[in-house]
Amino acid sequence: MIRFDNVSKKYPGQPRAALRNITLEIDRGEFAFLVGRSGSGKSTFIRLVLRELRPTRGSVFVDGGDISNLPSWRVPKLRRQIGTVFQDFRLLPGKTVWGNVAFALQVTGYSRRDIRSMVPETLELVGLADKGDRLVDELSGGEQQRVAIARAVVNRPMILIADEPTGNLDPATSVGIMKVLDRINRQGTTVVMATHDSTIVDQMRKRVVELVNGDLVRDQGKGTYGYQA
Amino acid sequence: MRFRHILSETWTGVHRNASMMVAIIVTMWVSLVLFGGGLLAAQQIELMKGRWYDKVEISIFLCTPDTAGDNCTPGQGITPQQRATVEAALHANPQVSQVFAESKQQAYDDFVASYKDSPIRDSLTVDQMQESFRVKLVDPQQYQGVVNDVAGMPGVQAVQDLREVLDPLFQWLRTAQWVAIGTSALLLLAAALQIGNTIRLAVFARRREISIMRLVGASNTYITMPFVLETLLAGLVGALLAAATLVAGMYSLVVRNAEVSIQTLPWIGWTEAGIAIAGLAGVAVVLSIIPTLIATNKHLRV
Repeated sequence: MIRFDNVSKKYPGQPRAALRNITLEIDRGEFAFLVGRSGSGKSTFIRLVLRELRPTRGSVFVDGGDISNLPSWRVPKLRRQIGTVFQDFRLLPGKTVWGNVAFALQVTGYSRRDIRSMVPETLELVGLADKGDRLVDELSGGEQQRVAIARAVVNRPMILIADEPTGNLDPATSVGIMKVLDRINRQGTTVVMATHDSTIVDQMRKRVVELVNGDLVRDQGKGTYGYQA
Repeated sequence: MRFRHILSETWTGVHRNASMMVAIIVTMWVSLVLFGGGLLAAQQIELMKGRWYDKVEISIFLCTPDTAGDNCTPGQGITPQQRATVEAALHANPQVSQVFAESKQQAYDDFVASYKDSPIRDSLTVDQMQESFRVKLVDPQQYQGVVNDVAGMPGVQAVQDLREVLDPLFQWLRTAQWVAIGTSALLLLAAALQIGNTIRLAVFARRREISIMRLVGASNTYITMPFVLETLLAGLVGALLAAATLVAGMYSLVVRNAEVSIQTLPWIGWTEAGIAIAGLAGVAVVLSIIPTLIATNKHLRV
């Protein structure tokens, strides 16, 4: 589903490459953690998949297509196949839960009929079925992140990318979020999650990809946050 | 559905930037009126030029007993022999294409027709009028040779090249026309920059929405459209007001006044006004869309 073929990324004016010779494949339906310190290259990895950046060398494939040289007018189509969730939620204040989720469908041209059937299903999936009318500013952090997840998956993308989705949440709330992500993964969506949260990684026992200073140092099935002999 | 959402976004934008929209509309209005006025003036000048330059090139006025001049014998008009010599000289010149001889009677009829309401009409007699030759040239630019040929001949009172009279007038009109167009160009530039700045602010105010739209894969067209429609609306309203102003101006200045009081001149009509309005509408559309696309483009780059 996502394949990095000897990818390097160097930012202009930076002496060191942000990513060096990364070769990696994440299969359809897989759940993978991306771990590493700040500055290790996790964000660069994610931005390459979203085609916010182009690799300096190598190729990035999404769903079999090389996106390294995708013309910018085709980027929106790629983004519709990838849902994205961030640490800071990035919701629209002043809109309701329903409004925030429906927004993703409205601006990509879904009909009202489709929106009326897809939004409730997704709110149900993330456990907010009864909170559709609430303004997002009135919700707790965990609930806001659920709204963000609902918005990311409402159009049923093939891939869900989560960049530190539990970074602003307490451990108990984080567990709830992980359950939602796991549920989405079980429905067949490939999930890639960048995180610092060792407890979560250790609990989930999924594939772990570790980056250190732009190098891929570990790629382990059913792994944990730290090394295990 | 899709379109409805774009329209509602546009409406929100118009609402939010109401005062800037009014500023853009007024700037557009004033500058487009000047621009359209310039276009009308240009057409009026062409029309007059075509009519006048076509009609008469050089007039050679012949002596009468009353006229004074270097080549006239005081108290005596041109003799038939002198007239024949002048006419032969004109026909011999290769630059001359046609020669019309205007008799005293024709000159009188012309005078009566042009000044039919004037009190001096009755004070002149046929005999006081001047005979003349009206000469058409092969190439109207080459008038100097013909003028030199006949100007010194006996019996010729004066050679009037109408171009010498008209050229300063046209030059003056042209200057006025270019001042109008130049001023309007400056104002239009200001309007375009104003549009660019307004949209930059509007995009900044909505950067959150826009970043989410980009994230979920809304097309660039979809993101840009509300801004383009917003400025297009302002531009078109400005153009509409300018068109109405021009039509009102045309009606009150040309149709009601100039055409009635100065009938000897050709005047621009509604066809010319239509051309000017189409021109200013085109300018309005281009000047509202291009700065918007430039202002939004920076935020849409992936």
